[in-house]
Amino acid sequence: MAARLAALAVLALVLGTLGAVAWRAGGLGALQAADIGAARFTVVQALVSATLSALLAVPVARALHRRRFPGRAALISLMGAPFILPAVVAVMGLLAVFGRAGMLNDGLAILGLPRVSIYGAQGVVLAHVFFNLPLATRLLLQGWQAIPSERFRLAAALGFTPAATLRHLEGPMLRATLPGAWLAIFLVCLTSFAVALTLGGGPAATTIELAIYQAFRFDFDLARAASLGLLQVALCVAALAATARIALPQGFGAGLDRRTVLAPPVGRALRAQDAAAIAAAAVFLIVPMAAVLARGLPALAGLPGPVWLAAGRSLAVALAATALTLALALPLALAAARQRRFEWAGTLPLVASPLVLGTGLFLLLYPFAAPATLALPVTVAVNAALALPFALRTLLPATRRLDADYSRLAASLGLFGFARLRLLTLPRLARPLGFAAGLSAALSMGDLGVIALFADPAQATLPLQLYALMGAYRMADAAAAASLLMALSFGLFWLFDRIGNHANA
Amino acid sequence: MLTLENLVLAQDDFRLTANFAVPTGARVAVIGPSGAGKSTLLAAIAGFFTPASGRILWNGQDLAPLAPGARPLSILFQDQNLFPHLTVGQNLGLGLNPSLRLSAADRAAIATAIARTGLDGLADRRPGQLSGGQHSRVALARALLRARPLLLLDEPFAALGPALKAEMLALVAKIAAEANTTVLMVSHDPADARAFAPLAILVAEGQALAPRPTAELLDNPPPPLARYLGH
Amino acid sequence: MRPFLMLAGFLCATATAFVAEAQDKPVLTVLTYDSFISEWGPGPVIEEVFERDCGCDLRFVGAGDGAALLARLLLEGARTEVDVVLGLDTSLTAQAAATGLFAPHGLPPAPDLPVAYDDPLFTPYDWGWFAFVYDATRLAAPPADFVALGASDVTILIEDPRSSTPGLGLLLWVKAAYGERASEVWAGLADNIVTVTPGWSEAYGMFLEGEADMVLSYSTSPAYHVIAEGDVTKEAAPFAEGHYLQIEVAGRLAGSDQPALADRFMAFLHSPAVQGTIPETNWMYPATTSPAGLPLAFDWLILPVKSLLMSPDEAQAARGPALAEWRAALAR
Repeated sequence: MAARLAALAVLALVLGTLGAVAWRAGGLGALQAADIGAARFTVVQALVSATLSALLAVPVARALHRRRFPGRAALISLMGAPFILPAVVAVMGLLAVFGRAGMLNDGLAILGLPRVSIYGAQGVVLAHVFFNLPLATRLLLQGWQAIPSERFRLAAALGFTPAATLRHLEGPMLRATLPGAWLAIFLVCLTSFAVALTLGGGPAATTIELAIYQAFRFDFDLARAASLGLLQVALCVAALAATARIALPQGFGAGLDRRTVLAPPVGRALRAQDAAAIAAAAVFLIVPMAAVLARGLPALAGLPGPVWLAAGRSLAVALAATALTLALALPLALAAARQRRFEWAGTLPLVASPLVLGTGLFLLLYPFAAPATLALPVTVAVNAALALPFALRTLLPATRRLDADYSRLAASLGLFGFARLRLLTLPRLARPLGFAAGLSAALSMGDLGVIALFADPAQATLPLQLYALMGAYRMADAAAAASLLMALSFGLFWLFDRIGNHANA
Repeated sequence: MLTLENLVLAQDDFRLTANFAVPTGARVAVIGPSGAGKSTLLAAIAGFFTPASGRILWNGQDLAPLAPGARPLSILFQDQNLFPHLTVGQNLGLGLNPSLRLSAADRAAIATAIARTGLDGLADRRPGQLSGGQHSRVALARALLRARPLLLLDEPFAALGPALKAEMLALVAKIAAEANTTVLMVSHDPADARAFAPLAILVAEGQALAPRPTAELLDNPPPPLARYLGH
Repeated sequence: MRPFLMLAGFLCATATAFVAEAQDKPVLTVLTYDSFISEWGPGPVIEEVFERDCGCDLRFVGAGDGAALLARLLLEGARTEVDVVLGLDTSLTAQAAATGLFAPHGLPPAPDLPVAYDDPLFTPYDWGWFAFVYDATRLAAPPADFVALGASDVTILIEDPRSSTPGLGLLLWVKAAYGERASEVWAGLADNIVTVTPGWSEAYGMFLEGEADMVLSYSTSPAYHVIAEGDVTKEAAPFAEGHYLQIEVAGRLAGSDQPALADRFMAFLHSPAVQGTIPETNWMYPATTSPAGLPLAFDWLILPVKSLLMSPDEAQAARGPALAEWRAALAR
């Protein structure tokens, strides 16, 4: 019931806004030749970015799962950080490392080696991997943690080689988790706009989202915008359909929550491999973020008052959006464990073009209220919707397991409704719920929301203030605001993630 | 009395029919080759498997409209009988009140059940800290607390050693006798069946046959059972 | 349950906050771009001064950048509550005029524009020349025109004409200067372009980080660094072809329910109070120089030999084909 309501709300938001734009335009418009090129580039870069992110995440997640070292927990938490950075901040961080005047090129210059360029398709992919590798790692790590330790104990008892473990335990888990993670990333990259444009190097790197932007903003061709939005939804559905055939529900059975200490596999080569995977990921992810902080922190204290007010407003929006995300994601994830269509409904916002979403909402709400008066509620609603697919993706493996392992027992005991939520669902899902809440809060914190259409200057959020500072030449203040944004986003993420981890200890 | 009235269970190419009654208070073994449908039969009675046709009645009442938890029965599965994140006491409390709002009387009942099943001092442990035998005892103690007139055992003791298993079966027999509980027990071990269940249902070749005296059935097994028993 | 309650409470609080704001004073709604009304733009000062004796409530509504203004207005259509639109530029006014939403302003032409500009529907409030800005300590001899730039190995950052007004300005600049040869010029520039950014902010930020030798900005940009930072290293490169002008204009809506206030605000835009604040908040030239004159730092800025500007209709007509040319020349 709750799931059906949540699914309807999401469908109404995603398809309703698209419909509103098409309706206002009086139909769909013809696509131009350049749009087809944009679609091709969009799909290709998303394919490469998603595949690289997902594959690179495998050794990192495995190493993190089977090794224990000081700072491991902190590193896993940090894994959430890049994904939640606003594009403009992340790009600045990446440029500080990989840019023409970045550390890497400075290093190469000292060694007398030729410079490398981040601009072009390689830059787009690099940035997308930077954003999404950590997300993939976290999703896979959850998959690893979901394999009951009894199974690893069994594997150890049977003297499984790492290859055998991979085949019998990790392989099936990856088969269940990897397509979902890949799909989520593919869809994120599909709607990428600022990253592709900033690092793409030129018009060859045009994404569908940019074409939509252009259709809205310069041509005011709503019909073409609606067509492009529909094309984007169609691509998403095709990707969902393709992965639906690969991804299989997990069948590991339940463990007993025993905390067995795993003996990590021995052997010099494996140790080196794991160490290299962890070190490479850590450097790749942390250095750009550190660069943002290093530039921004010194100016932090000098930030003007409105920026701090905006930060408070963003926090409130993030918390409200998180509550809404979870209220939508939990029933959907529970229902999706049995019926795939709920998973589809919850994934849909991923491909909704934020521009179409914003414009459609504007068209729908404009007759009833001044857009500026709705700025914060609409931002909350849209941020919640955009975070929903990630929350759902995080919860889904756990709800599937919950359903497979305990639904019979719960039913035989007549455990239903609120009691079931309190005694079974929430405790068993605490960990993924915490992660989902952290992700939602941070995403909402960093998101520009429904862009400028609803913006109210008196109620600007932190990302909007960041842009305002940049627009006013105040790059040093902007850098400080960026590091504040990063710190707050990450702080929220860390807090929720930690609550989730401790709740079921 | 449990009545299976022209019951047909079907899924893909699996098919099982049953048409018989089990008298109240009887202890009945459900025996037969692997894959014949013993667990499916219990799942249907418990409400986890919807029959293709026919009815399942308890004392004349059709169970079809009742959700699993509302049926006059308790079921013990092969595994996953306990929630690992809840303590023994909480797992037991679920048998009395699924929202765990327990009265003083409930707590007293739990304490009694703990004592009767030999779980003293373990109320605050979690399942991960218990042995296999203790797991079974907790599950049994919860069935005791639920005090339903029908108890379905889907091989919950299969993983226990012979002595422990015998001990658990004796405990079940004792508890069942006191409350005149009807027990259906899936078993792979003829000795268990003989020792525990005066009656037995043979499930084989698409049919569940009416209960017959266990000894008689095992001494003169029909061909499919004979093959299964290795005679 | 708790999240639901929290959310409900939050929404209620937001709603009541807005109700409480309602006042009896007439409201004048001005739609403009975000940076105009940010804490650091001219908006706050203008609001304060205008409200001092208008007996009204001046409300700014932000809509992203200049291009977004028009899209916003088209979305709202005739039902709009906006009284004045502020921040369109001449590459957009033809499209804006075609909506039929604007009423004549009746104001005299602004005196201090480098070209003659007299549009019955739109009145200019500031203007600037597009220019490539560089750091003189890193680039000693900047190229003198587009052809020299294309032939050099000087790196540049530009904005995308499909998503930013400076980007569109550059497109029209090359077109106005080279006409049929624009495509050739773009082909020459292709290997100088480090990347194309979605907006001015990204490009300028990347330039300051040292990602390229030059960035497409305004000839007035160096004044910011001098005045706000005491930094004299940033300079704009004078190009021999001349520099394309951006003239920012305001227009009053025909359907305004506060026509008198709207007219008053349009005239107020040319007052010294507004014009005097433009140079150091919007970092552009005022359309009517205030009696106090320009800040000293503006004296050090380059003065282009020639101002290029297409008429609104020309700009409107040129945009599509120029964009196709641009895309073809740069799609490597």
